[in-house]
Amino acid sequence: MPEVRVGDLLVSLYDLLGWGLSELGLYPSVVSILQKLVAGFILANFCLLTPLFTIWLERKVSARFQDRLGPNRVGPYGLFQGFADIVKLITKEDITPASADKTVFNIGPVLAVMSVLGIWAVIPFTSTMVGTDINVGILYSVAVGAIGTLAIMMGGWASNNKYALLGSFRTVSQLVSYEVPMIIALLIPTLLAGSMRMNTIVQEQQVWFIVAAPIAGLIFLISGIAEVGRAPFDLLEAESEIVAGFHVEYTGMKFGVWMLAEFLHAFTVSAITAVVFLGGWRGPWVDQYPLLGIVYFLIKTYFVSMLMLWIRVTVPRVRIDQMNDLNWKFLVPLSLAVLVMTALVDKLIPVDFSAGSRSLILFLANMVIVVATLLVLRGVSRKEQAAQSDLQAEVNSI
Amino acid sequence: MAHEWIFIGILLLLGIVFASLPLVINSIIAPRKPHPLKNETYECGMETVGDTWIQFKVQYYIFSLVFVIFDVEIVFLFPWAVAYKELPFFAVVEGVIFIIILAGGLLYAWRKGALDWV
Repeated sequence: MPEVRVGDLLVSLYDLLGWGLSELGLYPSVVSILQKLVAGFILANFCLLTPLFTIWLERKVSARFQDRLGPNRVGPYGLFQGFADIVKLITKEDITPASADKTVFNIGPVLAVMSVLGIWAVIPFTSTMVGTDINVGILYSVAVGAIGTLAIMMGGWASNNKYALLGSFRTVSQLVSYEVPMIIALLIPTLLAGSMRMNTIVQEQQVWFIVAAPIAGLIFLISGIAEVGRAPFDLLEAESEIVAGFHVEYTGMKFGVWMLAEFLHAFTVSAITAVVFLGGWRGPWVDQYPLLGIVYFLIKTYFVSMLMLWIRVTVPRVRIDQMNDLNWKFLVPLSLAVLVMTALVDKLIPVDFSAGSRSLILFLANMVIVVATLLVLRGVSRKEQAAQSDLQAEVNSI
Repeated sequence: MAHEWIFIGILLLLGIVFASLPLVINSIIAPRKPHPLKNETYECGMETVGDTWIQFKVQYYIFSLVFVIFDVEIVFLFPWAVAYKELPFFAVVEGVIFIIILAGGLLYAWRKGALDWV
């Protein structure tokens, strides 16, 4: 019988389950699949129930930002509002428009949830507790997340509604564009850790990668917000222009499932940021008690989540040309420059330097890029201002 | 190696089941009173005019094409990044040259006006 370690309780229980099942006389492969099924069931429940709490937190906090009270009727501090909403949505009539492509229309929301949930398979909660630590973790998380784009396109196209179609066009051009700086930003931690394995990336962060790669972290956060389609990048469901974007035609629980996928995606992007740039489960005493890693991981995830919320309630929506300009003319060149800089500088630092001084040198090099970027931006805006005042002078002379 | 991927398969399957379950429950307990007006396509109360599934703005194609080029090239960079720690300085410079060619492609698309929203 495997020993139960309090410091690593959940993994011990997992081992105990495997031991108990093999005592029943099952084949090792069957035992392993049953074990994975139970673990996957718990992970899926965790992922799909967390948004209920996160939605409450977001509504409450954004209400405070806007000097409102937020949900405060159902349960203490309105904590059960999410459950009430689910009960309401699940008893509503589900209307499928007569002209819609019904199969694709129904597959859309399911595929969206599946793609987001798939990312959680590679996210490490503690040093020992990770769904599956595959050697292409980062690439896998981007690849599976991209299925969500396909789901939105399917939903918007199959609705046979012009608003929905416009929404999904915008979605595709936005999500697909912002994937480029997002992947380039993820290349930098890969390069510093020398692996795409999520757990190795966390283990390599004696100093959090946000210190060695602050610009990459920021680019990842910005493009992550765009990937999730939240304000200021929420023009794929801009209420004032295209009603609700790709999910105009969805009612009842199908709409609820879309919302679930969206909130879970936001939470997932925060989780990836926490793992890749903020040191994931790293914190004091995790060596003795790996279970503590979950607490550190969740604190960091909620920190990033609240940061995204702060941006969401502060910044107004961008226009579609501004959205494309920001991506292709700013984030992509900047991320390529940071990648080149990191690759060259990190190779020029002598091997015997400690992790701390290495991070410090990379941080200073990042600051050089920040200054250079600001100078270039100032030059461009001066040129634009000059062109504008020339135009004004020309208009005045006429 | 392969057994690492079983968990992903299980989780994706569970994702499909967990997402369809509320839809199934919804279809069982929700009322169903179809009406031709209710099942119409939603658009400010009027019947929609013309077909929805038509050809669309070419700009979306161009952005998708630029994306495809970049995405494929970045996938080539991942093995380079993973092997980075063992690489000699020369190989890193080679990777940097590759990135500069990539940036040249971006500059070309930029100058051609492919990145402007018109």
